[in-house]
Amino acid sequence: MTLEWIGDAILILVVLPVVVYLLRGVLNAANGIVPSVQQIATAATAGSKDLDATALLLTTQDQVQKTIETAADYGGSLDVILDDAN
Amino acid sequence: MPAAGVVMIVAVVLIVLALVYYLVSTIVALQRITDALDKAITGVVGIIEKSAPVDEVVTSINTNLDAGVSLLEGLLVKKAGLSDAVGLVDGLYPGAAAEGFRDFPESKETKAPRISEVYTKGTLTLARLGREAPIAAASPNGPALRNPAYGSHAARILYPEVRQTRPQSMPRSPIIGTDSPVQYVPSESPGVRKRMPVAAGVAGTPEPEATEGGVVKSGLAFLRRLKNDDR
Repeated sequence: MTLEWIGDAILILVVLPVVVYLLRGVLNAANGIVPSVQQIATAATAGSKDLDATALLLTTQDQVQKTIETAADYGGSLDVILDDAN
Repeated sequence: MPAAGVVMIVAVVLIVLALVYYLVSTIVALQRITDALDKAITGVVGIIEKSAPVDEVVTSINTNLDAGVSLLEGLLVKKAGLSDAVGLVDGLYPGAAAEGFRDFPESKETKAPRISEVYTKGTLTLARLGREAPIAAASPNGPALRNPAYGSHAARILYPEVRQTRPQSMPRSPIIGTDSPVQYVPSESPGVRKRMPVAAGVAGTPEPEATEGGVVKSGLAFLRRLKNDDR
């Protein structure tokens, strides 16, 4: 009988607090990850939206090509019109 | 049942309740993490897809810009000479001479003429590019192609022959004023005079000219001469 009481005491005073402590730690860790992951998701979504303007690079590419072609034409004319330095 | 057994059952039930509560809470938290990770993965996939062609496009843009830089640097050095080119760039962008031209590594050691302290940017541009401007007489890279003292010939030849080559053959400009030797009657319509000018003191009372169809005849004669000249 005495051993049973000792077992009950151990269950209530040792096992139960240890179980609660461990589970609470796991829960706190999981809850701590949630805001970080949500921030990552928000940042990834915002980054994806920022890259929507990437398509404009094609326009920039085209404009740069035309500009360089115009500059080349202009430079060719200048090369004919102006004397060389030496 | 002995009291000790009841207490043990109660203790076990408490432990199980604690397990259930914390494990369920952990499961809920992990589900929220999973949802957020799904959103993050979607965003990252979007980033990867949208940034895929960037490398190719930016490489193409850089290639074109490199060609443009080479073209402009080469043209500037060819036309102005390396020293003047460095001086011109340094005049427009102070301190740029230290970096030199990309395609001309020796330009880093070239001492830039301090031309920007004397002339404005526009004058510099004309002087360096053309060396036709009178200001180019002060060019550090050789004599000007155009004499600064008599450099107006190119502009003068744009005007009629007599006016530029034999200006002494041109009639003098009329002397105007109330006491001028030739008095002009103010005209009421452009190109038509009421009478021809006469020297002061010679003319009497001016007679009104005859008109034809409301136009003074001398004006009509002038217009006819002009018309014949055009033919």
